[in-house]
Amino acid sequence: MSVATQAPASAASPVDEDARWKYLNHIRQTPGPFTDPASQDEVAMRMFDNFKVLVIGAGGLGCEILKNLAMSRFRDIHVIDMDTIDISNLNRQFLFRKADVGSYKAEVAARFVMNRVKGVSITAHNKTIQEFDLDFYRQFQLVICGLDSIEARRWINSTLVTIAEEGDPDSIKPLIDGGTEGFKGQARVVLPSFTSCIECQLDMHAPRAAVPLCTIASIPRQPEHCIEWAHVIAWDQEKPFPKLDKDDPEHVTWLFNKAAKRADEFGIQGVTYSLTQGTIKNIIPAIASTNAIIAAACCNEAFKLATSSVQCFGFENNYMMYSGNDSIYTYTFNHQKKPDCPVCSDQSRPLDVDPKATLQELLDSLAVRPEAQLKAPSIRAEGKSLYMRAPPQLEEQTRPNLTKTLLELGLADGQYVNVTDKAFNTQFDFTLVFK
Amino acid sequence: MVDVMEQTPPLLHGPSEKERKYDRQLRLWAASGQSALESAHILLVNSGCGTVGVETLKNLVLPGIGKFTIADEAKVSDADLGVNFFLDEGCKGKSRAQCCAELLTELNPEVQGNWWPREKSSSFEELLGSPEPFTAILYSAPISEERLRMLETYASQFQTPLVAVQSAGFYGYFQVKLPGAFPIVDTHPDDTAIDDLRVLAPWPELEDFARNMTKNFESLDDHEHGHLPMVVLLLHYLEEWRKSHDGANPISLKDKTEFRKGLEAAMRRDNAEGGEENYEEAVSGVMRHVQPPALPSTLRQVFDYQRQGTDADSSFWLIAAAVKRFHEKHGTLPVSGGLPDMKAQSDVYIRLQNLYKTKARQDAREVLATVRSMEGGADVDSAEVELFCTNARFIKLINGADVAPKTLVHVTEQELANDEMAAVVGPEMPYSLIGIYLALTATTHLESASEEDIESSIARHVPIAAGQERILKAAKEVARAGGVELHNTSAVLGGMVAQEMIKIITKQYIPVDNTCIFDGIDSRCQVLRL
Repeated sequence: MSVATQAPASAASPVDEDARWKYLNHIRQTPGPFTDPASQDEVAMRMFDNFKVLVIGAGGLGCEILKNLAMSRFRDIHVIDMDTIDISNLNRQFLFRKADVGSYKAEVAARFVMNRVKGVSITAHNKTIQEFDLDFYRQFQLVICGLDSIEARRWINSTLVTIAEEGDPDSIKPLIDGGTEGFKGQARVVLPSFTSCIECQLDMHAPRAAVPLCTIASIPRQPEHCIEWAHVIAWDQEKPFPKLDKDDPEHVTWLFNKAAKRADEFGIQGVTYSLTQGTIKNIIPAIASTNAIIAAACCNEAFKLATSSVQCFGFENNYMMYSGNDSIYTYTFNHQKKPDCPVCSDQSRPLDVDPKATLQELLDSLAVRPEAQLKAPSIRAEGKSLYMRAPPQLEEQTRPNLTKTLLELGLADGQYVNVTDKAFNTQFDFTLVFK
Repeated sequence: MVDVMEQTPPLLHGPSEKERKYDRQLRLWAASGQSALESAHILLVNSGCGTVGVETLKNLVLPGIGKFTIADEAKVSDADLGVNFFLDEGCKGKSRAQCCAELLTELNPEVQGNWWPREKSSSFEELLGSPEPFTAILYSAPISEERLRMLETYASQFQTPLVAVQSAGFYGYFQVKLPGAFPIVDTHPDDTAIDDLRVLAPWPELEDFARNMTKNFESLDDHEHGHLPMVVLLLHYLEEWRKSHDGANPISLKDKTEFRKGLEAAMRRDNAEGGEENYEEAVSGVMRHVQPPALPSTLRQVFDYQRQGTDADSSFWLIAAAVKRFHEKHGTLPVSGGLPDMKAQSDVYIRLQNLYKTKARQDAREVLATVRSMEGGADVDSAEVELFCTNARFIKLINGADVAPKTLVHVTEQELANDEMAAVVGPEMPYSLIGIYLALTATTHLESASEEDIESSIARHVPIAAGQERILKAAKEVARAGGVELHNTSAVLGGMVAQEMIKIITKQYIPVDNTCIFDGIDSRCQVLRL
């Protein structure tokens, strides 16, 4: 890999690359008591020089990850993010300035880090992860995620499990994943198909319980109930703008005024603009320091993995939880692979159901069950389509099934069903267990 | 009739640009925390590889700290460019303090960045003698003994929090020294812990409210019955329970379980839903809400605390004394005033909520009257009293001077004993990280040290640790690092130190007491009071 092609146009005397990486090379070339001596041969040393890393997300964690990888002497980095920069990013996404608002995150972040750290190549993709095929993902040795969406994590997780082939170590692309919320966060490593995957850990990220519609519609008690009423009921009735844009202050103000008026009618206090925005966008508080901790913990694992300078997360511990609300607390443990994981295991997962429930009720429950979280499921049983969302013809054909009960559909206790959801490129196998 | 509201164009209540920029953090520490940050001035005394302190500042500049000053005599070298992100090739040979300060302030135009030395002649004493005192000081190791003494003198003179940080290879630690007892009122407890419904210590208005709603209990239709608030149900069935139990409440686990069974049985199931949500809420709330009013140990510690001459924050202690008196008189703490959401009709819930709010205001007024009657209490802000009363159960005292710090030898002894147990228990009980702390602090004043130097230093200061296998390994690993910072380790520590400084400056959330050790090989931390 040539460094010279990216030499800086700097007026100062040229930087000696060995002198620049003196500290890092010292650690790499000096084994310690926790270093596996077998991992320090020349092949291993060269492997690091050719390591290609994919970063998913160029937001709060992504900016930190790109900085940390560049400062850990990773040379070939790709970054995917389809988002553009918003002013509310600037309190933590430190590669962006006010003048960058509206530009692509991936592009601005890549340019900034390449300018600052000479010798690193960062390729930006202003796209969604779903736009790339398996061969694209196969070119990397490692994937690091700094995402705020569970769905995107599940997608890349199942993709990397699909790529993983038994007997081909090069096909195993370790997935390092970080997440933060306020003063808390977690860093974890998945060895696809070998260790507990994102899907195995799904129930650790249970969706928040939704407020019942009847509360929103007729008996509000909290400011959030009034905001939800404005959001899901008043907006639909009055359609003040053609399409709701949650980032448009005019739209948010409309919702805020509606919610405030309703709150006033019911004597409810506490509706504010900020709460309105937070409720409709499900805003999660985010600060620079927590992102710094989690991103660096992720990149520390990446560096350990790529250089074998000490052991990294993998077959033993693979998960670190961090909490900074009350003192500092970390919990580092081995999250066990689930034998009935719908993504990384062959066994189907038992699904408790009421045989007298309708198919619609079963499908609705898949959205809220912590271990499923499938929002747009299609379902088949032994080759028979029970309900398919696409193509439209098939949807129309299978729609009458929604109101039938499982018994009426001829489903039995212990029956296999498979569920697909357009958000995921995998099939979820379940076994019905009648209660 | 046309509604007047409809005629006037809606006011744009949208946030200012600054509120939009800081939106994601204002949701954590609100405007009060933000303004505390904006009036703070942090001094970083930098040295060695010089990255961990700069990474900390980055995480303080972004949320909008008022000012920072970097004291660092180093000139930028090639090696700096391989570990410190806030330097570029053009910085070579220039003042590291100045270059870092300039590239840091670029992150947030609202922050003022200074550096020292500006001129060759200005001394470190002059820096510390600047007229406006620093809000907090952070120094990184290695640091000379002389300079450290100067910082300690400054910290004790100006009551300044002093934070030490060291990052070496995959290891690091930081230590927060607060100038005296540090009480925190706004601790932000988890939502689930907050509710204080007082069902075992209701006041007359609350009792009347519940009795009124359950007067014609059996004749209520399904809709009314299914919307009785969970608090009302608990109060009603507790009253029934007392009638059949000689006036005693269900306190023991056995009684509570029986009480819960009674609630379950009383639920109407012959309605359209085949059950009642409000009863389900009451059933699941029995263990949590049916609790006699208790004084949390954390608040007891505040009540019992003997103030030292060095302790500041006198209004806090006046309010604490007044709340203590309130508790002695009533046997309960002031009502916090919050009411969680529960199944209920809107108007009933709002009335109930107002009962709690009114009682909370009334209790706070009583506390305020006590405060005002005390010497020096005339000027205490009523808002401060209200905040204290609302959060009373979660108030925490950090660094109380009467909690005598144990010696390092004592703590090490204890940690080594725990490790013997951990060896038996297995992975659920992690090993102590004390060895990392001992090995790192053996090099506090040194650029680097050999394994033998570190071991003999440990043996001198903490003889009991000498020769212990895990401590020898930590010493080896620290020697391996040779005083070198790895960017990732420094970034982790920089994030943690910044979190702690934010907690200390905003007086929100709970800071570490007082040392946090980071092991980047096992990816975990341990907090010890040292």
